[in-house]
Amino acid sequence: MSILVIAEHDNSQLLGSTFNTLGAARQIGGEITLLVAGHNCGAVAEAAAQIAGVDKVLLADQPAFKHPVAENLASLLVSLATHYSHVLAPATTFGKNLLPRVAALLDVQQISDISAVISADTFERPIYAGNALATVQSSDPIKLITVRTTKFDAVASSGGHAAIESIDGGSNAGLSQFIGIDKVESARPELGAARMVVAGGRGMQSAENFKLLEILADKLNAALGASRAAVDAGFIPNDCQVGQTGKVVAPDVYFAIGISGAIQHIAGMKDSKLIVAINKDEEAPIFQFADYGLVADALQALPELIAALDQ
Amino acid sequence: MKVMVPIKRVIDYNVNIRVKTDGSGVETANVKMSMNPFDEIAVEQAIRLKEAGQAEDIIAVSIGVAKCQETLRTALAMGADRAILVQTETPTEPLAVAKLLKALVAQEQPQLVILGKQAIDDDCNQTGQMLAALLGWAQGTFISALNLDGQTLEVTREVDGGLETLRLPAPAVLTVDLRLNQPRYASLPNIMKAKRKPLTTLTPDDLGVDISPRLTTLKVAEPPQRQAGIKVSSVAELVDKLRNEAKVIS
Ligand SMILES: Cc1cc2nc3c(=O)[nH]c(=O)nc-3n(C[C@H](O)[C@H](O)[C@H](O)COP(=O)(O)OP(=O)(O)OC[C@H]3O[C@@H](n4cnc5c(N)ncnc54)[C@H](O)[C@@H]3O)c2cc1C
Ligand SMILES: Nc1ncnc2c1ncn2[C@@H]1O[C@H](COP(=O)(O)O)[C@@H](O)[C@H]1O
Repeated sequence: MSILVIAEHDNSQLLGSTFNTLGAARQIGGEITLLVAGHNCGAVAEAAAQIAGVDKVLLADQPAFKHPVAENLASLLVSLATHYSHVLAPATTFGKNLLPRVAALLDVQQISDISAVISADTFERPIYAGNALATVQSSDPIKLITVRTTKFDAVASSGGHAAIESIDGGSNAGLSQFIGIDKVESARPELGAARMVVAGGRGMQSAENFKLLEILADKLNAALGASRAAVDAGFIPNDCQVGQTGKVVAPDVYFAIGISGAIQHIAGMKDSKLIVAINKDEEAPIFQFADYGLVADALQALPELIAALDQ
Repeated sequence: MKVMVPIKRVIDYNVNIRVKTDGSGVETANVKMSMNPFDEIAVEQAIRLKEAGQAEDIIAVSIGVAKCQETLRTALAMGADRAILVQTETPTEPLAVAKLLKALVAQEQPQLVILGKQAIDDDCNQTGQMLAALLGWAQGTFISALNLDGQTLEVTREVDGGLETLRLPAPAVLTVDLRLNQPRYASLPNIMKAKRKPLTTLTPDDLGVDISPRLTTLKVAEPPQRQAGIKVSSVAELVDKLRNEAKVIS
């Protein structure tokens, strides 16, 4: 088995998703090559070479890869993929956008969002917002897979000594052009990787009230999350949405505050180790998933909780 | 421009799905079926382009069993002009769907194909990207805003880091996210009118596409259930539990 893992990075750093994807690769077993495609991203390749269990790093450094435009990266991946038995990317918006384009060009049926490796050709994946788990076996010669990062342990970032090989290939396809990104800068931990998440829903009622969640998050060194309804209402930016169609998280502690617990939301957080819910409706479905539930008005409970943490 | 909108018939998002006891799949008999919610948004977007004078012909397409006609009628009632059903009893994978759509694009020559970002049954999130690849077109995925100016599209994409803007040349494939728009309901007169709009039926063979699955589903199981925990009666009790029982805060 020889596995190509596509690194997710921002040209200066590897993102956490890369380490979990490598965790899945290790479970499949075999020689692991990590592809760093970007621009002026030599430092990323250096870091990649240190990762435990990475046998080789491929560095594809060129202007067309400055931003992860799928059309530009696809031809590089098509030419590389045929040398491997598996190609893996994280099931983040980066991997979800890119890998199906590669799969179609290779005439391969991709396996999305795997949650477990059963064998080299058989994988488990959630369907119906995680309300069922399908075990699927692929008959394609190359397996193209996106990995649900919360389901695989991250590999260690040090302990490896892989060689870095620079490669050519791929070019500006002249199709999509990157214009810009409106990034939400935050000093808080990354939602996908945070040990604690404080998430709010429509029950928070306003962007103003969401500040209470920010205070709580900062006390706990937690990331901020939200339900779709809270994002739709403009309380908080889209990149905080947790759920079937948002981010999937599995922190040690997840606070669901003013969130009813719709299946689409549960799909994104039910693997959290401990779930705490605060909701004024004692019948709210979220209480069926919560380890600790508090029936209360969040606008009263939050200031109390913040104060109690100071004691 | 002509716009094609592929729509999938799926179990309604409000239904609590049940896994079949023999582990062969999910129970679909006597279950409410609807248009995939993302596809409603795609249809709505196409209609808005038409209302803005930027699109003239909207073709809704579905691949699946005969009952998909109902879903196509819903799209027609919303405002699509005509519909095509590619009828098959074989469950289709995204690659097969993308190949069928490619053949339909060759036939119908749309300049824009707008899909949902994800079907809420298989949760694959692949078909639009695959279709764009097979056509050699630009792809704008997970979009929450669209600006069409002549032959150039500017899209806002919901990505993990925030909101990304891309400029795409037409023809292009778009996949839509939830915040792009709020789909309309079909009015009764429009539901009546939709019954007379053209709906053609084809088969995968007519299009010369092999749709044999590449994946075999060995089993479908229920996920492990989470046990509900306890209710605490006050913030003080909650903090005590977090500190002394779960030991997650100091
Ligand atoms: C295709 C599709 C995909 C979706 N994907 C997602 C997704 O990825 N993520 C997601 O979250 N949703 C998703 N949804 C939406 C989902 O179905 C729910 O509509 C949404 O999660 C509801 O958000 P909410 O719990 O904040 O709001 P509501 O359901 O309105 O719940 C608000 C809760 O706040 C409580 N409350 C009100 N006031 C207070 C107060 N003062 N103090 C305490 N509690 C209070 C109420 O009792 C209620 O339980 C999706 C829906 C569809 C159709
Ligand atoms: N059988 C189908 N018929 C029509 N459109 C489909 C079908 N399957 C998928 N699609 C389209 O592709 C999108 C993404 O589906 P998927 O890749 O399966 O998550 C859907 O939102 C639809 O727009």
